[in-house]
Amino acid sequence: MGIVSPGFKGRGRSEREKLPPGQYLVTDFPVLSAGPTPRVDTDSWKFSITTEAGRAHSWDWAQFRALPSEEIHVDLHCVTKWSKLRTTWRGVSLDTLLAQAETSAEYALAHCYGGYTTNLPVADLLDGQAWVAFEYDGQPLAAEHGGPARLLVPHLYLWKSAKWVRRIDLRAKDEPGFWESLGYHNYGDPWREQRYWGD
Amino acid sequence: MARAAVLGRLTWQVGTVAEIREETATAHTIVVDLPGWPGHAAGQHVDVRLTADDGYSAQRSYSIASAPGPDRLELTVQRLEDGEVSPYLTDTLKPGYPLELRGPIGGWFVWDPAEPGPVLVVAGGSGVVPLMSMIRARAAAGSAAPFRLVYSVRSPETVLYAAELERLSQAADGFQMSYVYTRSGPPGAKVRIGRLNPVVLSAAGWTSAAAPAVFICGPTGFVEAAASLLVKAGHDPGAIKTERFGPSGG
Amino acid sequence: MNTHLDGNVLGGTLGEIFAVDITSAVGQCASCGTSEAMGEALVYTDAPGLVARCRTCGEVVLRVNRTGGRTWLDMRGISCLELHTPGE
Repeated sequence: MGIVSPGFKGRGRSEREKLPPGQYLVTDFPVLSAGPTPRVDTDSWKFSITTEAGRAHSWDWAQFRALPSEEIHVDLHCVTKWSKLRTTWRGVSLDTLLAQAETSAEYALAHCYGGYTTNLPVADLLDGQAWVAFEYDGQPLAAEHGGPARLLVPHLYLWKSAKWVRRIDLRAKDEPGFWESLGYHNYGDPWREQRYWGD
Repeated sequence: MARAAVLGRLTWQVGTVAEIREETATAHTIVVDLPGWPGHAAGQHVDVRLTADDGYSAQRSYSIASAPGPDRLELTVQRLEDGEVSPYLTDTLKPGYPLELRGPIGGWFVWDPAEPGPVLVVAGGSGVVPLMSMIRARAAAGSAAPFRLVYSVRSPETVLYAAELERLSQAADGFQMSYVYTRSGPPGAKVRIGRLNPVVLSAAGWTSAAAPAVFICGPTGFVEAAASLLVKAGHDPGAIKTERFGPSGG
Repeated sequence: MNTHLDGNVLGGTLGEIFAVDITSAVGQCASCGTSEAMGEALVYTDAPGLVARCRTCGEVVLRVNRTGGRTWLDMRGISCLELHTPGE
């Protein structure tokens, strides 16, 4: 820790709603990105799920939007310590998307337009825990927040909710994604403060 | 190329604020005493770290404004309305306060007074700070390298170092400058109001034939526009060095 | 922000790891083969780590993540780095 700077308070961190350890509340919606914002037309957008046997299921935008979707109200927790509560989204549940896939794979690796990747256990995508979301706050999801569609897995740190998702590979072997291969925790549970390797 | 005296990794150091000077209503120059500070190369910056008493810390980069020299350095900080760090530095910090910093940083966006070639420095708002370090280094070294400053500002009230720049221009020793006023100009003066454009840039700066070294600093949008104009005017992209301050300008 | 800064910003974080200035070091991009000064890289800082990308092809050249006393550095995107090591 550095020397204390007399009189420095920092941005408002005063609220103490029930937040995971080490988090502070924000009311705006910070945009974090490891590269330029991908600009993906819904005309060319495609989302796929590939199984460990190599079978692929794909949806174009029209097919994707024809699937049953639901309104989701969740809290977001970013590993950079900000939390945003009571956000509203609309998306297609991964339970719906995975319903057709014949798989016994335990691991998933999400791939995104722009090259980002993140990994998570298949179990964390099921049972109402994950969506491919296409609307935020009643509006089509903006590109800077991951639009046309992003993964939303709110029980884990937000880096797992991959923006601009295009494909999920179901795999027998786990493979760390973009941040998981640079020191970030392989699982990322905010309530156990699993930010970094070894946490 | 000028280098800091000692080869070694950077660490955080604590200096003491010696003096604070008001440059404009919203920008202050902070003079920091730091015994053992090895000096810097013109164009380098420091990272400043502020820590609250609960351990929360915030960090920002600030260009060094002063000419190179040991034991003391000057930073000019523009107060940003919704900034987290700059309001502390312009409103709360006082002489005698500690200031934690790390540096000097950067060996690429630097100018060495031993270089005799022509230089074009293009500043957008507070982007003039590292370029002023170059201009001051040039004066301190007695360099005859031809220098032209194109300084884009919103209005005369936002100009940093106005008196000093005026004095240096009058010295007729190879330093010339021109202002680009984007919102309003000096009262009573007939000046063009508007952003940098190809005509203004070529009149105020060097032609590509002079092959100057070019340094551009300021908000991201300004830097990209200026770099693009210069490349279109025929300047070698490899001779253009940029330092973007980010969308808000630093 | 989805805009980037210049490679100068790497100087602070990497300056605590390398004993020589990294921004003037010339790196060869492992993806496209272009050699550039690290100061010319496009650096994305609004992320859980610093990500530097090649100015020519946009691929990642360097990533660094720091927390407390730990630093993770991935330089797979650079096939070769030429540094100024004064004093020879």
